[in-house]
Amino acid sequence: MAKRVGMEVSIAAAEAVKQANVDVISAYPITPQTHIVEHLSEIVANGEMDAEFFCVESEHSAMSICIGSEATGARSFTCTSAQGLALMAEMTYIASGLRLPILMIVANRTLSAPLSIWNDHSDAMMIRDCGWVQYFVENGQEVYDHVFISYRLGEDRNVLFPVIINMDGFVLSHVIEPIELIEQEKIDQFLPPYQPLYQLHPDQPITMGAFALPAIFAETKKAQEMALRASMGKILEVWKAFGDMTGRYYQPVETYRAEDAETLLLTMGSIGETASVAVDQMREEGRSVGLVKIRLWRPFPFEALKQATLHAKNLVVIDRAVSVGGPGGPVASEVKAAIYGEPIRPSVYNFAAGISGRDVTPFDFIKMVDKAEIEIEEGNKEGFEIYGVRE
Amino acid sequence: MIEIRFHGRGGQGAVTSAELLALAAIWEGKYAQAFPSFGPERRGAPVVAFCRISDEPIRIRANIYEPDIVVVLDASLLKIVNVASGLKPNGIIVTTSKDSPEKVKESLKVKNRVGVVNAAKIAMEVLGLPITNTTMLGSVVKASDLVKKESFIPPFKERFGRIADKNISAFERAYQETVVIQ
Repeated sequence: MAKRVGMEVSIAAAEAVKQANVDVISAYPITPQTHIVEHLSEIVANGEMDAEFFCVESEHSAMSICIGSEATGARSFTCTSAQGLALMAEMTYIASGLRLPILMIVANRTLSAPLSIWNDHSDAMMIRDCGWVQYFVENGQEVYDHVFISYRLGEDRNVLFPVIINMDGFVLSHVIEPIELIEQEKIDQFLPPYQPLYQLHPDQPITMGAFALPAIFAETKKAQEMALRASMGKILEVWKAFGDMTGRYYQPVETYRAEDAETLLLTMGSIGETASVAVDQMREEGRSVGLVKIRLWRPFPFEALKQATLHAKNLVVIDRAVSVGGPGGPVASEVKAAIYGEPIRPSVYNFAAGISGRDVTPFDFIKMVDKAEIEIEEGNKEGFEIYGVRE
Repeated sequence: MIEIRFHGRGGQGAVTSAELLALAAIWEGKYAQAFPSFGPERRGAPVVAFCRISDEPIRIRANIYEPDIVVVLDASLLKIVNVASGLKPNGIIVTTSKDSPEKVKESLKVKNRVGVVNAAKIAMEVLGLPITNTTMLGSVVKASDLVKKESFIPPFKERFGRIADKNISAFERAYQETVVIQ
């Protein structure tokens, strides 16, 4: 096993981008993503990394440059947060429509107003339907690992999709923790140079993203939809290959002490680790509680989610964003849709917690489980509330 | 798992202190985590930083509310911040102060173990700056035995480069001069 090295998670992410032999980096600094681009600009300037670093005037331009460079066959990277992602949103749909396997790390942060720099998933949910492969990782190791996983997956000719790694801002980006770095030779074997299927080149001109009349657009949308769903097989294959190399095997949905649990907590992102501590505490008290964690957000893992949850009586879904005026949290909506057709299914009680950096402790998870079990028992089977609001 | 909360003023290096402690623990094969109280940086304002050290992988990512060890980098904070908040009954407070440990313990109204060193004086004499982050780590090690002294040398060298030796000296002097009372 490789030695664990202590470093900030943002630095580990930047080091992974270097080790992945990225050709083009284009980014605009925004808290809490800043340390990633700062470190990358440093190592490019120092000559430690052979890449073009584009300092742009906005996130819209950052993504536009990635689209252009990726279209020429250059492995491209960007990262952003919150309002930056909002400014970039227009171009995220172009990247996926053109099937360009760009990698973007989003250090998740609340969308203003009121102005806030802290962590939740409102930024990621804003572009939920942008047609990228999207994961939510739980710790620094997963961020580092998924840089290599994402390029190998996205660049596969049966996939050809851009990929977003969602990592919680501050809670991951600004934390020092141990990371197992992978030897360069192993990475080079795992991630060969990018061989684009089509590329922009002056000698062999092609057109990408040309005008589509109503007579053809629906067909292109269906092709995109089918291809993103079909990428599930390749995602599992790449995770398996990565696990065989490192011993770290990833799954679209992971469970913790969940098999026989009457009540399941369901989380996405870094709060899953804290939730597992709460599960241990509740198990010690003899309570039948387990944890389900969603890692893969798009394509959504419907089957894996059903397998992990259908046996339970209560499903307590913790969202990190609110669909204002809608059904509650976006994760709970997806979960409910996934299990709706099943004759026997758990009641889904939904909390939005950790909104804009509000701390979520193991005790908070226990309180949410307590509340959900009582509400469901009393017949409020599909409730939603924002947790911990002072009234 | 041992949980440590650092109190300092923005710009004094409380975050660096927490980070170096985690890096030293990781360097000797333990698991550790360090993070600031997230948000904008505010020079001079009271700030906290957190560190966890464990023999097992650390899963908890919440703030620390019931620390095993509290480290205070600025003596003026003892009067304006309840630094002992949530401290475990068998926890330790390590602080910089010109006063005796008995006097500090009495003013904090705690029954805990207290370690005191005049870190501000050491930092001025050794580093020429009133930055007590590396100095106080020597005091933490003396009062707690949490991490081996030599484990700090690689992270100090990586973080401080040519001024690492001065920081190691300040650390060592604080280790020698810290007085701990039960």
